[in-house]
Amino acid sequence: MAEIVLETRALTMRFGGVTAADNVNFRLRARELRCLIGPNGAGKSTFFKCVTGLQTPTEGQVYMRGHDTTHWMPHQIASLGVGIKMQTPSVMDNLTVHENIWLAARRFHPPEEANRKTAEMIERLALGPIARNALGQLAHGERQRVELGLVAVGDPWLVLLDEPAAGMSAEDVERMTGIIHELNKTAAIVIVEHDMQFIRSIAEVVTVFHQGAVLMEDHVDRVMADPQVRNVYLGKKA
Amino acid sequence: MQGSLSRDVIATVIVTAILLWIMPLLIGTYTLTVLVIYGMLGLSLGLIWGFGGILCFGQAAFFGLGAYTYAIAAINIGESTLPMILAVLVPAIFAALLGAMMFYGRLTDVYLGVITLVVTLILFKFMNSTAGPQYVIGNARMGGFNGIPGFQTLNVPGDPGAYIWGDAYFYVCAVALAIVFLLVSALLRSSFGRIAVGIRENETRMSLMGYDVRARKTVLFSTGAAIAGLAGALFANWGEIVTPNLFSLGQSAEIIIWCIVGGLGTRLGPILGAAGLAYVKFLLGQQHLIDNTLILGLILVLFVLFLPRGIVPALVSLWRISFGRRPLGRIHQARRSRNRERLHG
Ligand SMILES: Nc1ncnc2c1ncn2[C@@H]1O[C@H](COP(=O)(O)OP(=O)(O)OP(=O)(O)O)[C@@H](O)[C@H]1O
Ligand SMILES: [Mg+2]
Repeated sequence: MAEIVLETRALTMRFGGVTAADNVNFRLRARELRCLIGPNGAGKSTFFKCVTGLQTPTEGQVYMRGHDTTHWMPHQIASLGVGIKMQTPSVMDNLTVHENIWLAARRFHPPEEANRKTAEMIERLALGPIARNALGQLAHGERQRVELGLVAVGDPWLVLLDEPAAGMSAEDVERMTGIIHELNKTAAIVIVEHDMQFIRSIAEVVTVFHQGAVLMEDHVDRVMADPQVRNVYLGKKA
Repeated sequence: MQGSLSRDVIATVIVTAILLWIMPLLIGTYTLTVLVIYGMLGLSLGLIWGFGGILCFGQAAFFGLGAYTYAIAAINIGESTLPMILAVLVPAIFAALLGAMMFYGRLTDVYLGVITLVVTLILFKFMNSTAGPQYVIGNARMGGFNGIPGFQTLNVPGDPGAYIWGDAYFYVCAVALAIVFLLVSALLRSSFGRIAVGIRENETRMSLMGYDVRARKTVLFSTGAAIAGLAGALFANWGEIVTPNLFSLGQSAEIIIWCIVGGLGTRLGPILGAAGLAYVKFLLGQQHLIDNTLILGLILVLFVLFLPRGIVPALVSLWRISFGRRPLGRIHQARRSRNRERLHG
């Protein structure tokens, strides 16, 4: 079996009285593609923030490729080769598409190489015609696409995407699916999503969060058919 | 930034040469010299605030520190070359320590403003309190509110007897400003500068891309202080005295106003803002009808209301509208759709 690249042990995050992540034990192997689902407020984003160093968990540990990264800062974790997209879009709105992607590429490559990588990524994302436009002027779906480009251009071995398909057109989602599959040849990927159709199209193993804890972890077909999951997540009575 | 560094160099050399020829015909070189020095001071804040997003309320502290370092070192050393170098290094090191404390301590922007302000105040108070004979560094007496007069002024490197003063000193300062301007241009075109702008735009995003925001902000902050320190040393040479007023809050506030009026996020704006407003202040200083701080305040208010982005960005827009390839309609359209997004988002 492939090496474990991401592991959390008894990860717990409390905000006052709210336990947003509750004793989460999570394991992800190299080149695995995992989807996280769960109703609003289930703790998916909190789990992401603890893993990426944006928040420090109240209890428990995070391991990445053998490093204990629990108390690391986001830039240290990203520097390991982890590509991160949080739930709310976060890009440099006053800079151009090209500059945004170049900055991401430059972190891991010398300038010339970064130029080449940026051009490639712009081509791959079909952003050519708007490459010199500032991001603030673009449509939501285009900005999402650029942010995916930022994540992918660093050649990460672990990719964490919190709701990447939110607000995207069908065409955008399709293009993104292609890129995710391509990334998945070299990287393990965790995707938080609400879009069931998208999850069915992409996922094999799905982890279900509910009230901060892992409710179930299984193949997508079995998860979707599970009465308990349907109950908490889909809001349908079994 | 558009164009290349070599184009910057050519443009800067040509513009500097023209200005060096024309300006002394219009304004005396003694006044011009201080305008140039203020221009450099404006550029120092314009770099860290306009391109790094670091609003420092205490840029005058580094200016004053540079001036005092020069004066004290010149009295002790005599020849001016090493004092000039120290006047750049001491503020840079001081800012690196202060910056590291603030950025690694994850202070928010508001506290950063407060701390830089307080540090300036402390230096001002301290320098004012050094009147007693016990306050000496080597042969230099600090002199309290009287400041330090009578130090060796700038000389030809290696020849302490060959003073550079009058017109020659103006040309030295102007060329120094042109060189600093080109160094800043090179910095902004380098990866370091582009990353600094990225950090100004979105710190969280840049750290999630793997950049150590704290270290980079500290380095930029220190670079700005080095430039302010050089300006301070040139100012000390110009005035032939340094006083605690260099550290005054009024001075710090003026630097901020220069940047706002000239245009943040441009290299030229803070220089033009500084030189322009300092000249206005100089002219106003020759009359006694109206208080000149009142006028400067009025200018700031008018700018914030009618030209909030400053002179240089406004001129650039005007240029683009008049001669640019992009038709006016599209700019308006883009702005309108953005406003619409803002309304509905
Ligand atoms: N900084 C915070 N302070 C206090 N409570 C928080 C904070 N962040 C999250 N929470 C709470 O923790 C719980 C989990 O939130 P989280 O954002 O992780 O859910 P989620 O699964 O990502 O939901 P969604 O699908 O809506 O994005 C919620 O009850 C939320 O209100
Ligand atoms: Mg969420």
